[in-house]
Amino acid sequence: MIHHVENPALEIHDLTVSYDKKPVLWGVDLTIPNGALCGIIGPNGAGKSTLIKSIMDLIPLNSGYVKIFDKELDEIRKKISYVPQRESVDWDFPASVLDVVMMGRYSQLGLFKRLRKADRDAALSALEMVGMEKYAKRQIAQLSGGQQQRVFLARALTQNPEIYFLDEPFAGVDAATEKAIIQILKNLSEEGKTIIAVHHDLQSVETYFNWVIMLNLRLVASGPTSEVFTPQFLEETYGGKLTLLSEVGELVKERGFHAREKQ
Amino acid sequence: MIGDAISHSVLPGIVIAFLLVGSLESAWMIIGAGLLGVLTTFLIEFFHQKGKLQTDASIGVTFTWLFALGVILVTYYAGNAHIDQDCILHGEIAYVPIDLMYDDAGNAIGPKAVIVLSVVLVVILLFIGIFYKELFITTFDPDFANAIGISSSKWHYLLMGLVSLTTVASFESVGAILVVALLIAPASAAYLITQDLKWMLLLSSFFGIVSSILGYWLSYLLDGSIAGAMVTISGVIFGICYLVTVLKK
Repeated sequence: MIHHVENPALEIHDLTVSYDKKPVLWGVDLTIPNGALCGIIGPNGAGKSTLIKSIMDLIPLNSGYVKIFDKELDEIRKKISYVPQRESVDWDFPASVLDVVMMGRYSQLGLFKRLRKADRDAALSALEMVGMEKYAKRQIAQLSGGQQQRVFLARALTQNPEIYFLDEPFAGVDAATEKAIIQILKNLSEEGKTIIAVHHDLQSVETYFNWVIMLNLRLVASGPTSEVFTPQFLEETYGGKLTLLSEVGELVKERGFHAREKQ
Repeated sequence: MIGDAISHSVLPGIVIAFLLVGSLESAWMIIGAGLLGVLTTFLIEFFHQKGKLQTDASIGVTFTWLFALGVILVTYYAGNAHIDQDCILHGEIAYVPIDLMYDDAGNAIGPKAVIVLSVVLVVILLFIGIFYKELFITTFDPDFANAIGISSSKWHYLLMGLVSLTTVASFESVGAILVVALLIAPASAAYLITQDLKWMLLLSSFFGIVSSILGYWLSYLLDGSIAGAMVTISGVIFGICYLVTVLKK
């Protein structure tokens, strides 16, 4: 089931992406409403990160197009933020927390311009939002996984974008960080920002997201969580993956779907 | 490792530039070497991404092949007194004061290596000074840089172009092999003892200068190779920095 909306924040049309001639995303066609807090779920290798990367134009598309607020990516880059997977960078790199967070301001600066006090202030207030203001001077090599993720989120916040793309923001973070991050994302969503995040933990999907994209090489479902996060689509998404299937089974049992199916 | 590769693979560029222009004019050799340096970087990336080769394998294949080509070219034209293996592989810093550069009227204006390297120094300082933030972001997080519209591959090639420039400008003095040590050892030593990028840049320059000065006096005392002594000192500095970091822990 693919739920389309009018005037979407994100529109993906007939997107196909492949590595080595092997398709990893096949004919994805979806729209996401403005202000949605959207989770992308699916088994490992389903193309979740690939979807985000192809939206950000980091990998070439075989077919299709992506529009954000009805514009091409290059026209609207300054309104978009991207939070890559935490493991994608070398955290031993010689930089302070503040250095990394201020990178979020580079897009607005352009060539030949230097960082100013305003950029520093923006970075500091973003750090405050994620509860990391005390760590501004700290070297990034000394951070824990959860703190690294907060720094990445703070960097995105300094861009003050309209739409956020987050690649596994909850992977390997502590419970307190997960709670803090989802609260920030919910607040942003209430301010009308659109948020799209790759997510792994099926248990928390319903409490975190109001829109869900279910992916397994092709698009299984996209729509409001209450409509598409159902046993039928979960099985269709995770079907055949044994370990994940049992996880889904647990979930189904927990929520008492059996009873309803018998009726 | 890419610095290592570039320092070797610029060799055919130097030789080809020499064969085309017919003189050892520094400007042409720098251009030839610079082009080969960028080509090396490009080939390494190409084999890595399109050929699915690991980075180290890709580096290994690219630079040895280009270096071999350079060696063949050098030995084939070995009849010429000005360009031979020894000079390219080992360099000779002692000749710097007698290899003068002349102005149009024929007056000596200074040692050629000093002038060429000063120009390179100014170019590099300006480049790092002006584009510090672009270099910083594309090195740390290329995906994020690309996402906000700063092309990481463009900056990578510019940076590698400058590495080639530095390498070829220095090889006449210290040779293509030892220049690698001077590219890497001072920077590695600085990396061990500081975690601040700006300090690291300053410290590695400082270590480089100390290695040169102490190395010169060491070779004077031992009556040995100057370049060899300089690299020995930079190795000793690296060793001291390593010990300091180990003892701290």
